[in-house]
Amino acid sequence: MGAESIATVWALLIATAVFLYVVMDGFDLGVGILFPAIHAREHRDVAVNSVAPVWDGNETWLVLGGGGLFAVFPLAYAVILPALYMPLIIMLLALIFRGVSFEMRFRAETRAQQLWWDWSFSGGSMVAAFAQGIALGALVQGIAVEERAYAGGWWDWLTPFSVLTGLALMAGYGMLGACWLYWKTEGELQDQARRLARRLGGLTLFFIAAVSAIMPFLQPEFRARWFDFPALIAALPVPVLVVLLAWRYFRALADTPETEAAGAEHPHLSHDAPPPQRFVWRDSIPFACALGLFFLSYTGLGISMWPMMVPPEITIWDAAAPRSTQIFLLVGAAVLIPIILIYTGYVYWLFRGKIRAGEGYH
Amino acid sequence: MLWDAFPSALDLARFQFAFTVTFHFLFPALTIGLASYLAVLEGLWLWTKREAYLDLFRYWLKPFAVNFAMGVVSGIVLSYQFGTNWSVFADRTGPVLGPLLGYEVLTAFFLEAGFLGVMLFGLGRVGRGLHFTATCLVAIGTLISAFWILAANSWMQTPAGYSTAPDGRFMPEDWWQIIFNPSFPFRFLHTVTGAYLTTAMIVGAVGAWHLLRERREAGMALPSSALNERSRLMFSMAMWMAAAVAPAQAVFGDLQGLWALHYQPQKVAAMEGHWETQRGAPLILFGLPDMEREETRMAVEIPRLGSVILRHDWDGEILGLKAFPPDARPTNVPLVFWSFRIMVGIGLLMIALGLVSLWLRWRRRLYTVPWFHRWAVAMGPSGLIAVTFGWITTEAGRQPFTVYGMLRTADSVSPIAAPAVATSLAMFIVVYFVVFGAGIWYLLRLFAQAPRSHEPGPALGEPIRTAGITPAPSVRPDRVQGGRPQPVE
Repeated sequence: MGAESIATVWALLIATAVFLYVVMDGFDLGVGILFPAIHAREHRDVAVNSVAPVWDGNETWLVLGGGGLFAVFPLAYAVILPALYMPLIIMLLALIFRGVSFEMRFRAETRAQQLWWDWSFSGGSMVAAFAQGIALGALVQGIAVEERAYAGGWWDWLTPFSVLTGLALMAGYGMLGACWLYWKTEGELQDQARRLARRLGGLTLFFIAAVSAIMPFLQPEFRARWFDFPALIAALPVPVLVVLLAWRYFRALADTPETEAAGAEHPHLSHDAPPPQRFVWRDSIPFACALGLFFLSYTGLGISMWPMMVPPEITIWDAAAPRSTQIFLLVGAAVLIPIILIYTGYVYWLFRGKIRAGEGYH
Repeated sequence: MLWDAFPSALDLARFQFAFTVTFHFLFPALTIGLASYLAVLEGLWLWTKREAYLDLFRYWLKPFAVNFAMGVVSGIVLSYQFGTNWSVFADRTGPVLGPLLGYEVLTAFFLEAGFLGVMLFGLGRVGRGLHFTATCLVAIGTLISAFWILAANSWMQTPAGYSTAPDGRFMPEDWWQIIFNPSFPFRFLHTVTGAYLTTAMIVGAVGAWHLLRERREAGMALPSSALNERSRLMFSMAMWMAAAVAPAQAVFGDLQGLWALHYQPQKVAAMEGHWETQRGAPLILFGLPDMEREETRMAVEIPRLGSVILRHDWDGEILGLKAFPPDARPTNVPLVFWSFRIMVGIGLLMIALGLVSLWLRWRRRLYTVPWFHRWAVAMGPSGLIAVTFGWITTEAGRQPFTVYGMLRTADSVSPIAAPAVATSLAMFIVVYFVVFGAGIWYLLRLFAQAPRSHEPGPALGEPIRTAGITPAPSVRPDRVQGGRPQPVE
């Protein structure tokens, strides 16, 4: 395999790692974003415990994205990170507040202390999501490069478009978080999650439409991808599938007479016995649809950007490390990533099902 | 002019890295040691069935979780800081160092993060064997993580196995040489042993503190058998560790010093405070290295001992700092000189603590001598301090280079304006002191709680239901004895 095709494989691998990060940390950051809407203390405990065993693993994909970029596309790493200096630093600080709050909430000795850590959890989640969205928008808009280095100022990242993508990602993560809670909880909290998921789903679709409308005008290459024949044919299924998924999403979250009746007829929706399997599976449909919406938006972004790594100048092949570096890490990644996916999946399976008040180790 | 007094972007970036990496390493130093300690405790509990081991496991699991979370979030900062603040370094070294960090993520971070959830939340949910496996995997993950990050750090100290491209990038030639570069093996041993000692000092201090408190609350001297079994056990284990490992650490440190003398003679000269090259060099115990006058003033020295230690030869020649051009000498000699002495001084105190513990144990007075317990409490933070100053010695001693002899720190920095770096630095300082200050406060509060029998921990009294797919409770009522659940096998 030539260095160029290995670089292509690596670009796809890193794109996959970033996507896994976005959806996995997306739902646990989303739970934090929803915190102001969840008032009852026991509901907050359940919400936090639903993500506590997995958040750390989810966030590791962010480290893989960063570390992988450093290893395989060092030029992109060396240009993107200084260009996005402030949003990334703010994201890291926000992730500190969010990450320690998982433990600190349960160590709090007074109500006031716990409220402070609730705010730290929620504020950290919101700011991290917003900063990630801003970073994405700033990258897509393009980065000034001269002689293998960032050549812009330290406020270049702040534009109306990057603020729009920041808000969009907050809404999207909020939607994922609401769908996760809808899947993993029951009773009052689940009802609330259903309402939140509907609202945030609508908001996310609005943002998807807005960003999609602006994207083609940011770079001439983007426009060619979406409006020139025959590229149009390849790109067209994306918006069509978005509409189909959105329809399925809202149908799953509707208050149908069937769900109402099921709640009344089946006492296992009360707190004594587990709900039957079909309810747990059915409750996962909105989450699956939300994942699909993220995947389609991400694919759309990929269609626009390919093969740019740092628009408008640097392609994935410009940014690639020497062949020896790429192969050395690829050998390990080919063996280890499947293993990681297996045991990560196993841990998720271990903590499957509905979460209840009082679960956790604290 | 005010602007002239404002530090340069380079100085700010250096201080920011020093601040964030120093703060960060406090946590993994304890994580590495505690993860292994927890694995030993759980293993001993499974093997001997002695309940005190399980109580201690649960007791130390809580601070471990708090500490681990702080290590994770402060570590992510570092993986991005290479790019945000040191982008030229990242571009040049990425082809060599990138895969080492990539392998750290793939082999260690995912393993730790994945099984930490099982370790913390799974004691009542999975079988004992599986839970013990999870604990061991987390402990092994911390060691693998240390392996890769220390390989990367050591390569910056003693680069090997590379060539340089015309554009200044380092190109990998031999991965074996890159990973097992000359300073790596002893740095790994020295650092992991340091982490174990750090943990032993903290565990010992907590045990000693509770022994003292019991005696104070009883208002009289208590016989060993009347003291809390768990406090005694953790104190005893920690003192065994100190007695066995502190002397070994001195040997590893000496070996690492010998390697440094070969590969980084300037650093050793700064550590020793030697300016002139001499045969039969003295060992300078204390003194004031003066960079302007190029001498160590008011030196208290032992003749010839420097050559004996470093060359293992009465007349061995030791290069002084003046043998190197000023722009290839460490930029802050007093810092290197004093940091080294603080580390060594604490190491000697640890060896003394271990030896005295052996004596007291032999006299059967280990649990009943208050002055020794006070000493152990005072030594609680000593490991963290020694580890910190050890790192300052080796990192400040590597200056003015990031990649020793090859890439200067001044040429490694990102093209970021000073106000941006100053802003981020200010934010890091405020956030770290607030968040990690609170975290350390909670850790101290956890240490202040006496270890109890039937330590409430991961497994709860009520059945934990893996709802939905398998409705059977994972804690069966017939296995709950005395109100304490036993995991299903």
